[in-house]
Amino acid sequence: MSRAEAPGAPEMLKTAGAPSELGAVGTVGAVGAVGAVGEPVAVGELRASGATAARAGGRRPQTAAGFLALFRSELLLTFRRVRTMVLLGILAVLPVLIGVVVRIETDGPRGGEGPAFIAQVTQNGLFLVFTALAVALPIFLPMTVGVVAGDSVAGEAAGGTLRYLLVAPAGRTRLLAAKFTAGLAFCLAATATVALAALATGAALFPLGEVTLISGETIGLGPALLRAVLVAMVVAASLAGLVAIGLFISTLTGSGIAAMAATVGLVITVQILDSFPQLHAIQPFLFTHHWLTFGDLLREPMYWDGVLDNLGLQAAYVAVFGAAAWSRFTSRDITA
Amino acid sequence: MVSTDDVIRTQGLTKRFRGGQLAVDGLDLAVPRGSVFGFLGPNGSGKTTTIRMLMGLIAPTAGVATVLGASMPQSVATVLPRVGALIEGPALYGFLSGRDNLARFDAADPTADPRTRRQRVTEALDRVGLTAAAGKKARAYSLGMKQRLGLASALLQPRELLVLDEPTNGLDPQGMREIRALIREVAAEGTTVFLSSHLLDEIEQVCTHAAVMSRGRLVVQGTVAELAARAQGRLVVRTPDVTRASEVLTAHGVRDPLVGEDRVDGELGALADDSLPELCAALVTAGVRVRGFGVERGTLEDAFVALTGEGFDVAG
Repeated sequence: MSRAEAPGAPEMLKTAGAPSELGAVGTVGAVGAVGAVGEPVAVGELRASGATAARAGGRRPQTAAGFLALFRSELLLTFRRVRTMVLLGILAVLPVLIGVVVRIETDGPRGGEGPAFIAQVTQNGLFLVFTALAVALPIFLPMTVGVVAGDSVAGEAAGGTLRYLLVAPAGRTRLLAAKFTAGLAFCLAATATVALAALATGAALFPLGEVTLISGETIGLGPALLRAVLVAMVVAASLAGLVAIGLFISTLTGSGIAAMAATVGLVITVQILDSFPQLHAIQPFLFTHHWLTFGDLLREPMYWDGVLDNLGLQAAYVAVFGAAAWSRFTSRDITA
Repeated sequence: MVSTDDVIRTQGLTKRFRGGQLAVDGLDLAVPRGSVFGFLGPNGSGKTTTIRMLMGLIAPTAGVATVLGASMPQSVATVLPRVGALIEGPALYGFLSGRDNLARFDAADPTADPRTRRQRVTEALDRVGLTAAAGKKARAYSLGMKQRLGLASALLQPRELLVLDEPTNGLDPQGMREIRALIREVAAEGTTVFLSSHLLDEIEQVCTHAAVMSRGRLVVQGTVAELAARAQGRLVVRTPDVTRASEVLTAHGVRDPLVGEDRVDGELGALADDSLPELCAALVTAGVRVRGFGVERGTLEDAFVALTGEGFDVAG
């Protein structure tokens, strides 16, 4: 350290904007050290020159703000990507399409056909939110989440930026946590996009008003909107397990495309497995199995069992695949 | 140099990749503080693998790597904020501007104060001459500009150690000169620079110390002057009377005289420097029209060939 401090003053001269002024500080500080140390001014100057020496590359403390900066940076990176905007755009178009199709079919859909809640849409535009979420959750939402989560680490590895983040040093656990947080934020943004686009479309094409729940009771528009928010949050949380799976797959490979394809492929495979009655023994453990239980929140009183099963299963997937991703990523050789 | 003040120190550092390939084999490296250390070797000799182990990106199979007094990869969190690195060329986010790229890498360092980030980024951009192109998307940068931006990210903070892996790769001669000037400037500020290169003249121009790798093993390390001294200087006489000069030189103990067009050169061998005036006088006495007389110092390239017995572009 002593040798690092010695060239501190000239280093400051080079990098700082006002060389003459800093040069003067250095000189006064040196004089103070030899002569009147007790003089308050000289002590102050000494401290200034001490700070100068630290700039030559001493240890800097890690701060909470500095620690969190990567999380903020990760969120900015995710949402500034054109790809993210395109994915959200596609999700926004989906409810519009459903709304328009239902509106054109003015007779209303025939009973018992089509996706959940679609029969109620013509009576109340708010139901378009639930229909759109029910349509988007099995396929469209997981596909976009698979793209974002699958690419998260593998994309950085493929681009070579991973090595620069790690020598910065981002810290492998911290980077993984930031990636996971950004993935969850994307789930929330994606779900909110579908819900808001559906609400806007529903309000434009259909009447809004009191909502008749699927258990028969009627509630006002305000409480119904609150339920819509709750449903959207449950839907977003339903995707948490998938984020962890995507993150894990992403740590296995150096190719972003491969990780995205594998994650999306896995979602489709699991959905297919969930549809075979012969596999009922394993189905409660598939992360897609309880996804559509959010409909139970549209009863009075709300029926939470299925939703809680879903959230518990998602938490288990996050724990298992999060641990797997962590153990893989913290021990892996970064050769890309 | 005191050994405890070495910025980088490795003992028996070894990396065997999963395929069984031995990339680095028992490396004992010592980089003194304050040096500009050239890490030389042909492509594929294990330089980048060594640097990745020093930076905690890959774990050694055996041996110890110590950087700034702490062992790697265990101490990355405390060591790396004091180290700037450019590894295997720049890597940037093409969809972000140069400025935003730097902000991203700065945010990755938990010891970097977010309040002064903008200022650090501006200074780093200014330092590598990219201020004018700071707002441009990185994907539109030329290779030289990307290389500079990579250097800027290594210089975001004052560093104790700067690790530069082939920093002039892909640059034009002007770009190379600028990068070398920057390296000298950083070194003058007291930062130790560890510079890997496969260009001998680059090492000779900027480095005080050097180590030579070949096929995963360390061939030699020392000061550049010591290394170059291993290649013996040759006595060069410029004259039209080459045959006569060659005879006189041989008679006075100069070995292996080579006759060229209007010049004769030979190995001085055991001849001391103070015998040179007599040699010159003997040539003149013998009627040789001496137009030039002097000793050409050996280059690092000669030393390398002498050490490894191979041409420099042979990959291991």
